[in-house]
Amino acid sequence: MSPEQIKDLRQLLYRLADDQLIIGHRNSEWTGLGPVLEEDIAFSSIAQDKVGHAHALYQLLNQELAEPEPDTIAFMRDEMDFFCCHFVEMPIGEYDFSLIRHWLFDLAEQIRFDAYAESQWLPLAKVARKIKGEIKYHVFHAETWVKTLAEGTEESKARMQSALNEVLPMAFGLFECKENNALLAEAGLITAESALQSQWESRVKACLTAWGLQWPSQVDASRYLGGRQGYHTSQLQPLLNEMTEVYRLDPSAEW
Amino acid sequence: MAALEAVMDPEIPVLSVVDLGIITGVEIEDDLVKVNMTPTFSGCPALKLMEKQVREAVEGLGVRAEVITNFDVAWNSNRISEKGREIIKNFGLAPPPKHTGNPDFEAMRHTACPYCNSENTTMKSPFGPTLCRSLHYCFDCLQAFEQFKPV
Repeated sequence: MSPEQIKDLRQLLYRLADDQLIIGHRNSEWTGLGPVLEEDIAFSSIAQDKVGHAHALYQLLNQELAEPEPDTIAFMRDEMDFFCCHFVEMPIGEYDFSLIRHWLFDLAEQIRFDAYAESQWLPLAKVARKIKGEIKYHVFHAETWVKTLAEGTEESKARMQSALNEVLPMAFGLFECKENNALLAEAGLITAESALQSQWESRVKACLTAWGLQWPSQVDASRYLGGRQGYHTSQLQPLLNEMTEVYRLDPSAEW
Repeated sequence: MAALEAVMDPEIPVLSVVDLGIITGVEIEDDLVKVNMTPTFSGCPALKLMEKQVREAVEGLGVRAEVITNFDVAWNSNRISEKGREIIKNFGLAPPPKHTGNPDFEAMRHTACPYCNSENTTMKSPFGPTLCRSLHYCFDCLQAFEQFKPV
């Protein structure tokens, strides 16, 4: 691989892994608060998977691209050195917000890791093959609930629609880095970001039609970009403070 | 391998790591035994403990042991042995059906009850008390039960 490709690959892995870690932390905030016990457990389990995915991707950075140890990367970086999108930083809000985010995020993840499972860069393909099996359950869970609520009462349907109107523009932050990934895509190492985005959009639209929900008339994603360059919302720093509080007490402690 | 059959999955303590299918290779070089493992789920909290127990089991044979965990072989539930499936069922969990790459979620809605074998059941949630289990309910024997999920 050329030095440019390695640099782009490193950036790509940081973005992917940081998304996993931060959404994982957000999902874990439902532990003890779920609207029903099963949802409490589901969001907690999904959180555990996401943190596992983050670990696997940080490990790739460590073992293949000479970056620091996974725990160091996860817990010792400053906010500006995180490359997650704004979409995953947002607080959990109410259940409708978290559910729609969970659906839009995991659908995009499924498309992404299904594609990366065929990557010419074998270390990424191996991790993607592992992740994709787990994501099937995340998407299945999200779709079951969004569908159920979209086809439920007037209130549940209205709440799914209003959450969708709010969340959808944020979700485009997932695909923010088209230029950086172009070189990797040309080399056949990954699928182009634009191709992933268009697959995601058509899948979202197909589901909305089937469930009687509408693609919002106004989707302005521009307010939610910048995360991939290290520019974050005011929500990220408090999350990092909480997430790293124990680790920073004694970074050399044996767990 | 016999030594490894004594190492149990901490979440199903009657199922060995061998029957669970997470041992992907054993290489012997003089007095060094290298064991390759693959995690069931990437976020499995029991992994570190199992690595330690596997290392100790091999060292118990009087040789040096090295345990390597990687994704070279991705675990899926088809790797659970027939004996393992029987053990899982006797433990009170529905074993995962074999699949050809894509687990059938619709079929999971009617998973056979491990207590009475009825398929008059429903899936309450694809997520249960551990990452590898889903929650179900049997309308015939009126029992809640769990399934070891097909992955």
